[in-house]
Amino acid sequence: MIDIKRFMSGSAFIQPIWVFVVAITIFFSIMSDYFLSVGNLTNILVQTSTIGLIALGMTYVMINGNIDLSVGATLGLAASLSVGLQDYGITVAVLAAIATGVALGALNGLLVWKTGVNAFIVTLGAMIGVRGLIFVYTEEQSFYASNFAFSDFGASTIGPIPVLAIIFLLCTLAMHLVLKKTGHGRNTFAVGGNPEAAMDAGIRIGRNMMINFMIVGFFAALAGVLLATQMGASTPNLGRDYELWTITAVVLGGTKLTGGYGSIMGTLGGVLAIGVLRNGMNMMQVPAFYVLVILGVILIAVLIIDQQINLKSFKGVQA
Amino acid sequence: MASAEHTKQGFMLSKKHKAGLLNFLSAQGILVFFLICMFAFSLTSEQFLSQSNIMTVVRQASIIGIIAVGVTVVIIGGNLDLSVGSMLSFSTVLVVDLHDKIGPVGAILVMFALTLMLGALNGLLVGFMRLNSLIVTLAMLSAIQGLVLIYSGGQNVDIANQSDTWFGVFGQGYLLGIAVPIIIFSLLAIIVQVVMSFTGYGRRIFAIGGNPVAAVYSGIRKNWCVFSTYMISAFCVACAALVLGARVMGSQNNVGQGYELLVLAGIILGGTSLLGGAGSIWKTVIGVLILGFIQNGLLLMGYPYYTQWLVTWVIIILAVWLDLANKRKRLLTRHS
Amino acid sequence: MSAATVTQASDAPGKAEAPILSLVNITKKFPGVIALNMVSFDVRAGEVHALLGENGAGKSTLMKVLAGKHKPNGGQILLEGKEKVFDNPKRAKKSGIVLIHQEQSLVPEMSVAENIFLGSLPKKWGNLVDWKRLHRESTEILDRLKCSFSSKDMVSDLSIAKKQMVEIARALVFTPKVVVFDEPTASLTDHEKPVLYDIINTLREQGVGIVYISHRMDEIFHLSQRISVLRDGEYNGTVNTADTNEDEVTKLMIGRSLEFDHASKPKDFGDNMLELRGLTVDGMFRDVSFSVRKGEIVGMYGLVGAGRSEVAETIFGLRKPSGGEILLDGQVAQLRSSHEAVAQGIALVPEDRKDQGLILGMNCRDNMTLAGLETVSKNGFMRPAAEKTVYDKYQQAMKIKTPGWRQKVGNLSGGNQQKIVIGKWLHTQPKLLILDEPTRGIDVGSKSEIHALIKELARTGYAVLVISSEMPEVLGVSNRIIAMYDGKVTAEFDGDAVSEDALVQAITGQYVTSAGKPDDQPAA
Repeated sequence: MIDIKRFMSGSAFIQPIWVFVVAITIFFSIMSDYFLSVGNLTNILVQTSTIGLIALGMTYVMINGNIDLSVGATLGLAASLSVGLQDYGITVAVLAAIATGVALGALNGLLVWKTGVNAFIVTLGAMIGVRGLIFVYTEEQSFYASNFAFSDFGASTIGPIPVLAIIFLLCTLAMHLVLKKTGHGRNTFAVGGNPEAAMDAGIRIGRNMMINFMIVGFFAALAGVLLATQMGASTPNLGRDYELWTITAVVLGGTKLTGGYGSIMGTLGGVLAIGVLRNGMNMMQVPAFYVLVILGVILIAVLIIDQQINLKSFKGVQA
Repeated sequence: MASAEHTKQGFMLSKKHKAGLLNFLSAQGILVFFLICMFAFSLTSEQFLSQSNIMTVVRQASIIGIIAVGVTVVIIGGNLDLSVGSMLSFSTVLVVDLHDKIGPVGAILVMFALTLMLGALNGLLVGFMRLNSLIVTLAMLSAIQGLVLIYSGGQNVDIANQSDTWFGVFGQGYLLGIAVPIIIFSLLAIIVQVVMSFTGYGRRIFAIGGNPVAAVYSGIRKNWCVFSTYMISAFCVACAALVLGARVMGSQNNVGQGYELLVLAGIILGGTSLLGGAGSIWKTVIGVLILGFIQNGLLLMGYPYYTQWLVTWVIIILAVWLDLANKRKRLLTRHS
Repeated sequence: MSAATVTQASDAPGKAEAPILSLVNITKKFPGVIALNMVSFDVRAGEVHALLGENGAGKSTLMKVLAGKHKPNGGQILLEGKEKVFDNPKRAKKSGIVLIHQEQSLVPEMSVAENIFLGSLPKKWGNLVDWKRLHRESTEILDRLKCSFSSKDMVSDLSIAKKQMVEIARALVFTPKVVVFDEPTASLTDHEKPVLYDIINTLREQGVGIVYISHRMDEIFHLSQRISVLRDGEYNGTVNTADTNEDEVTKLMIGRSLEFDHASKPKDFGDNMLELRGLTVDGMFRDVSFSVRKGEIVGMYGLVGAGRSEVAETIFGLRKPSGGEILLDGQVAQLRSSHEAVAQGIALVPEDRKDQGLILGMNCRDNMTLAGLETVSKNGFMRPAAEKTVYDKYQQAMKIKTPGWRQKVGNLSGGNQQKIVIGKWLHTQPKLLILDEPTRGIDVGSKSEIHALIKELARTGYAVLVISSEMPEVLGVSNRIIAMYDGKVTAEFDGDAVSEDALVQAITGQYVTSAGKPDDQPAA
């Protein structure tokens, strides 16, 4: 009875989505001998690292009470740049790709801050427009990495563990600490939880939001570059629908759209829920389509549970 | 004394009603923008304003337009519907696949019934269970796409014998020289606009979107009304699926992917606020047509099709920004 | 139960020294209303200065001007003799003026300590939060306030009273010069109040000037050295607490010793229109029984939070009763939604005009017809002419001042907005009209018009239930008065013959009559 409300509502260290992650992990490890092997588990981490990295940034933006629909397009642009600019050297290409992601995030943040237009609309516009930028840049072509050092990186390991998995875990840890321990992280909660109080307390709301948009832009670009190293190539349609997957992962992890609420550990749970489900079902030779249905059902279930918890403390008339 | 002051201030606003042409233009900014675009394109390409070109554009825009009519109703009621893209895939695959199995009439009936059931599920979750519409319809987006893939086994579907059926008329046919998709689009837009503007039902939807609490405190059955907006949205998707399926006489299993956002782009561009309680169908029609004409105009000017996305980006943000600034200005003059 | 509250303040009254803060001739206008008219007010260091007034008298507005939330249209603010302009809350706070809000301004999903130091978290190594220092300093402040909770607790887990303590703690981070408490006890239980009083006395002894806004007489006489009274946005005098008594202050507040035109009240009553039998909603109110006859005005009097609005919402089908029954016209009514309630002839003019009563972005006419759309439509289609007729009828009958029916109601003054809400319900031709705080935040002129209208309606046969926390209003219109305290009906009075003392006692839980239920409130 260590406070069920606390646990279910996810403000405890462990979020309810972890129960689900553990449950399906046990289920799949019974169903398949190979599932619980180190090789497969790290494989899951690599498979989910793309969505996972973006979800880290998205968590910040959503705790802020905003949303970013443009991450899929940003990912695609960064991937194309990182492959397409390799004539100037891999370092230049990667740095340019990531800088572009940060710049697009800054642009989104600036527009939300200065125009007062809803983040949903600003980033919806960016989602369409940035995809246009990719097509303008690539002229609808897929790019293939000629430099093998680039594509080798995506498959490299340190000991038994793939580098991509390590990058993802390190970023998760860093983002967790920044959110929990730094002034910026705490202000992120304050801005989303009670913007008026935050403003009264002298927190610079607009700046805080803009930094978070830059963070999510950074991670979307990083995810794009890493995805390109995995594939050794980029396509202009890369990253389509990723914004929806990412938001799903973050919401599964208990972060609320209304802001002021959420955690990186929850998001990690949400990301793993998607990853384990995909991987496990694949292993059981269930077509990937079922994952989509199951995810939709879980998402609604999470919403209903959340509502039932909140209803108990709600005194007003339901409208 | 207080009461005299009060009278004066009560009437202070009447000045605003001397709305000149300028005010009208700024209020109808998107319409003006639309006309300017049309003018600019017509200067650069002689074809642009030709009747056949205009008809082609409207016909191409009609699928997004039909869906946007339904989603506008949902948005006016204060909610969102992101599931329309997947729903369009679902309905199109269904109607095309069933066509050869049970004949066109059966296929259409079953498709409408099942699409409306999906709408009812949305409506149940958002209207009666009061769940957040963005996440519910996001979940439905994923779940319905999964259903489509399960149903089709990941295969694309098509109608085997295309010359033996009248089904194609919904996508390719003409009535009195006007393309059937345009007729369906116009009819739906007009009917829904009339319902929203002139019926008690429409008034209730506006009230709910404007202030759901006050609507309930006025004895309005909010749950049913919200439910019904999702039914309208689903009905429109079914109509769009009919047009799309009949035009292609086949369907990819993800044909509707991304439509939800294009539809939203059109609605936002038209000037309907995502906050609910305001907006109109004709604004949405204009928004959708602007997207269509920009695409067409840029193509005629020799730019590749994707440049329209860049332009869309810029005008969406400019349109909403100017709209906000306009409202803020009015608010300031009111309180000073 | 509340023994602490009756002892008179034993401290010496404030000495005549220079005030730490003065507000001089402050004027604040809102569209349609002058909220403050040339109001002056001052506080000395080390005194509690109570600010008193009815709802809508301008107390909160004055304090928001002081805290930089509203910009005054005229007047000066002098802090320690120097003129200051507070154009935002941060600047006021930096100068040492802190407002403890009625509404919560905390971030729910953060710890107590983080909320206390919101916007000025102690840092180390650049941007890292120095948790040790944060919690040490927070704990110091919480200890000073004798708070029982930890600085590490989540704010969302705290009770309302404890949240308020956090707000006070936040005020102590910057050594404040003036602290304003705006109705601080509204959400506190009786055994939490003495803690607050201790805090206020401690602050006072440290030389802080305290402004204490309340309309609870016992608290004010217990705590304050001076009392100032606002009435209808105007300054109405200051007295030394030691030299006065409750009657005198009440007179200052209401502007007259209460005398009412009982003759204008309706006289002819019919059968019971509404009867409640042991109506209960768990956690809100319990065992509420009373009746309203046709042609009768029943007042329901009680403090905010006593459960009055909840009773009204239950009658209106918005809450599900967990026990008891509602009889309409002698028949047991099952009301599962507001829609059914309207169909049964019930109308509710809700407490919160802007959130519950009106669609602010809609025009006057559309708001007016919203509850009775069936009567102005045919086959589902609106009949604009019929709508206009309805609008004109009530606009003229109630003298609603608008530039025209197309005007958005959000642009009207409070009084005219309220008339639109009332018009909306009259249009449905209800049998039972419930008005929850019908004149809150409304100018005096509209107020008396609405009172006259209520009496007129009852005379034409409506059964009327008026809920109010303003004594003159309840006394002025009601034939009978139901007093509520803490979710129960404590007494029922004849509206023409009740004494003000009896009413006040009944709504503060000190009064037991044969008509009321014995006070079975468990001892805390």
